[in-house]
Amino acid sequence: MSTVVAPPPAPKKVNRIGLEVLPYRGAKTTLCAGCGHNSISERIVEVFYELGIEPWTVAKMSGIGCSSKTPAYFLSQAHGFNSVHGRAPAVSTGALLANKNLRGIVVTGDGDTASIGIGQFVHMLRRNVPLTYIIENNGVYGLTKGQFSATADRGSKQKSGVINDMQPIDCCLLGIELGATLVARSFSGDKKQLSTILKACISHKGLAVVDVISPCVTFNDHEGSTKSYSYVKDHETALHELSYVPYYEEIQIDMAEGETRDVTLHDGSHLRLKKLDRDYDPTNKYEALNAIHQAEDKGEVLTGILYVEQKRDTLLDMLNLVDEPLATLPVERVRPGREALDMIMEELR
Amino acid sequence: MSTSEVSPVASRTGGPSYRVVNDWSIQVATVNGSGSQTANSVLMRSIFQMGVPVSGKNLFPSNIAGLPTWFTIRANKNGWIGRKKEIDFLIAMNPETAREDVLKLQEGAAVVYDEPLKLNELRSDLHFYPVPFDKIVAPVCPDAKLRKLVKNIIYDGVVAHLLGIDLEEMRKALYKQFGARKAKAAELNWNAILAGKKFAEENLEKKDPFSVERMDETKGKIIIDGNAAAALGCVFAGCTVVTWYPITPSSSLVESTIGYFKRLRIDKATGKASFAVVQAEDELAAVGMVIGASWAGARAMTSTSGPGISLMAEFVGLGYYAEIPAVIFDVQRVGPSTGLPTRTMQGDLLSTALLSHGDTRHPMFFPSSPAECFTMAGDAFDFAEQFQTPVFVMTDLDLGMNNWMADPFEYPTAPLNRGKVLTAEDLDKVAEFARYRDVDGDGVPYRTLPGTAHPKAAYFTRGSGHNDKAAYTEREDDYVNNVDRLSRKFETMRSWVPQPEVLVNEKAKIGIICCGTSRYAVEESRDQIMREYGIETSYLRLKAYPFTSALLDFINQHDRVYIVEQNRDAQLMALMRLEFPVDALAKLRSIKYYGGMPLDARTVTTDFVTQEGL
Repeated sequence: MSTVVAPPPAPKKVNRIGLEVLPYRGAKTTLCAGCGHNSISERIVEVFYELGIEPWTVAKMSGIGCSSKTPAYFLSQAHGFNSVHGRAPAVSTGALLANKNLRGIVVTGDGDTASIGIGQFVHMLRRNVPLTYIIENNGVYGLTKGQFSATADRGSKQKSGVINDMQPIDCCLLGIELGATLVARSFSGDKKQLSTILKACISHKGLAVVDVISPCVTFNDHEGSTKSYSYVKDHETALHELSYVPYYEEIQIDMAEGETRDVTLHDGSHLRLKKLDRDYDPTNKYEALNAIHQAEDKGEVLTGILYVEQKRDTLLDMLNLVDEPLATLPVERVRPGREALDMIMEELR
Repeated sequence: MSTSEVSPVASRTGGPSYRVVNDWSIQVATVNGSGSQTANSVLMRSIFQMGVPVSGKNLFPSNIAGLPTWFTIRANKNGWIGRKKEIDFLIAMNPETAREDVLKLQEGAAVVYDEPLKLNELRSDLHFYPVPFDKIVAPVCPDAKLRKLVKNIIYDGVVAHLLGIDLEEMRKALYKQFGARKAKAAELNWNAILAGKKFAEENLEKKDPFSVERMDETKGKIIIDGNAAAALGCVFAGCTVVTWYPITPSSSLVESTIGYFKRLRIDKATGKASFAVVQAEDELAAVGMVIGASWAGARAMTSTSGPGISLMAEFVGLGYYAEIPAVIFDVQRVGPSTGLPTRTMQGDLLSTALLSHGDTRHPMFFPSSPAECFTMAGDAFDFAEQFQTPVFVMTDLDLGMNNWMADPFEYPTAPLNRGKVLTAEDLDKVAEFARYRDVDGDGVPYRTLPGTAHPKAAYFTRGSGHNDKAAYTEREDDYVNNVDRLSRKFETMRSWVPQPEVLVNEKAKIGIICCGTSRYAVEESRDQIMREYGIETSYLRLKAYPFTSALLDFINQHDRVYIVEQNRDAQLMALMRLEFPVDALAKLRSIKYYGGMPLDARTVTTDFVTQEGL
């Protein structure tokens, strides 16, 4: 019998709710090495771990495409649903109707959102469905080998040399026009900004739409593409420097007057926007639309929190639902009494 | 009391003593949007209140106002309330169709008509009753703007006199229709009925043989349309999520559901709703929301018609493979696009059974009456959750939108069957949770709901490419194992679906099979075949797909079996061809009707007689 005393195990690194990072991770990615989508999945893992959100309170939703595979690559202890091409908005809306306590995170692509599912996308915007809706935007269809998507910029070149002549659909413009209450654009290569934006989305009460330019290394990372790593790095123009203070932490640094804007989010967290070239007010819809249009004219990729509005009711508010999830209400709460049916029968006699 | 039986070939111009009591049909021809609905409902209800079995069918165009519309009422002392093709009593209010309507009548029919139309000049073998509606309406309705709406109800008074309807019953029916809140409108209409009755008493001499006499056959019964019945079924089945896109003839199913939800499912203390209704942007989104809600554990439904079913195909396939409950009502109608959206059909049986791509089979329920719309709505939710699959409730326009005399609905006392759902406590007790594993050997796996606070709860939902742990796979053995299990699940369903109604006549060599609203014509046709040709028949009415062993037994018990259905391609029979042995199939014959009107007994009888060579 051994009498050697084993050294105590090194303390495991855990987050504020005592969970290790493992349940926040997912299966190994099957996307191409260097795909922007993988960086976004990493940010999602990081953000949920850092915020200390129970993974099982999250519903990971997607449509079909490269981007829609990614919910399998994060939050292994959250239910996930890889649904129908372009139809993640409907499935996610339904899931929230059933259980309003779920945190919905939707990962879609530009094919999903701007083409086959644009009808569902715009109606989700109108309804202000409380979701974090990420568009992994690379301007091409990857799984079907490189066709242009509807977000490809005019003049952008396909790998085969074909030039896109058509007007791109800007999902952020649609988001602001049609009712999303937080609209942001980021770049999969900008880790800090993307993490901060995702945290703000999670703290936001309504629909948060994030258009993340996420280069496709296989089909759209060449010279002449406006969604390549080098193009976006050269043309990214950040609106502000973002920082986020979660509701459970005290604010340490005072804001310098006129240099920083503070947005208190629904859960009490703070989003801080430090002025860069100009003082940008993300609560001003007209300024937001103007800024996006001007950036497009200049060929800039404008990133940051483009728009935020915190007063509007979400779909779930409008429905005035009971406090508990509809899915698990007991029969007494969902089957009216015998006398109710008797009364209706009497009226029909 | 003389109550002569009338066969369609018999003359109806007998002597003065010839009477036809409680066995006739009325057709009211008006213009869509002219307010005739109230007059027709009151007329139908007053006959119902006299204890006479009755049905009402609205034949309307796809139009808001201005096009011709017909309402037929059939009263029948034997309880045959299916459509009857022959019209005995025409009320001709629409100048556009009056001529054609009159020319179509059989001799001996009666015609109440707007006097200026001078219809009596068209034929000499009918009983004509001219009524100057405009002259009668003016004194009872001083407000000229309302006259167009009040004018129609005058014919109720005229017909009450001619048929012998108890005026007190008509008054009760009228006030029931308007309710306490619209007492003024009710009074205005009541005066118009009285004016019609008075005119008829003073000016019209009864010449036709048709009349109503009090019976006791409707006691305790209700009048309701199938859509409202299904709506009540959903509300009492604990449905919590309804997502939909408007489409005729299904819209009123959801609109009724919303009405009953607001009345019965809002918490009185907090004013909060135990239901969510979303009008979606299209049927794709409607069924997508149902799939999402059911995945997250709600009892969710959508209601549509054929065009919507087509749009839902991809999602329904996903529901089948990902094994997600869903309740989908299909109020069937004729054809896609502009066409005959306001006409009835059993046209989606085959496409719905196999909806989507890959190997898919979906359970369908076939309600035939309002009471079955109510019970089968509840059954559908239980079934969808028990088997974790989309379930279709196949009604049709005739059942959904027409008013039916019906048995009152019985309060559902069975607990809700929520299926195999593992909670966090259940997960503590199991070694492993594998979402698609056939633990019980019935093909039905266990599921967990999103939000379940347990490290073992989560799984990843996707289409056909998964193994029994819900992990992604493209391996052929995983795929085959999974679809074979889905087949086992389908086999298990056979012993859980509503069993057919079977009437086996030991002497009968011939069987007749139908489903849904075809029953009214078929049951009456069997009576005609017996009375007119002396042939006994057996009868089986299907209530669900997949078929149960009772169907094959029935076919095997008979020499020949007729399948009656309301479509061109014998869709119900085609479903039998997919699974029955050739000797059984060799016995099958088909009686089909696909003109868009509710099926009538004579059509069935005539086809049967021709095929039998009688």
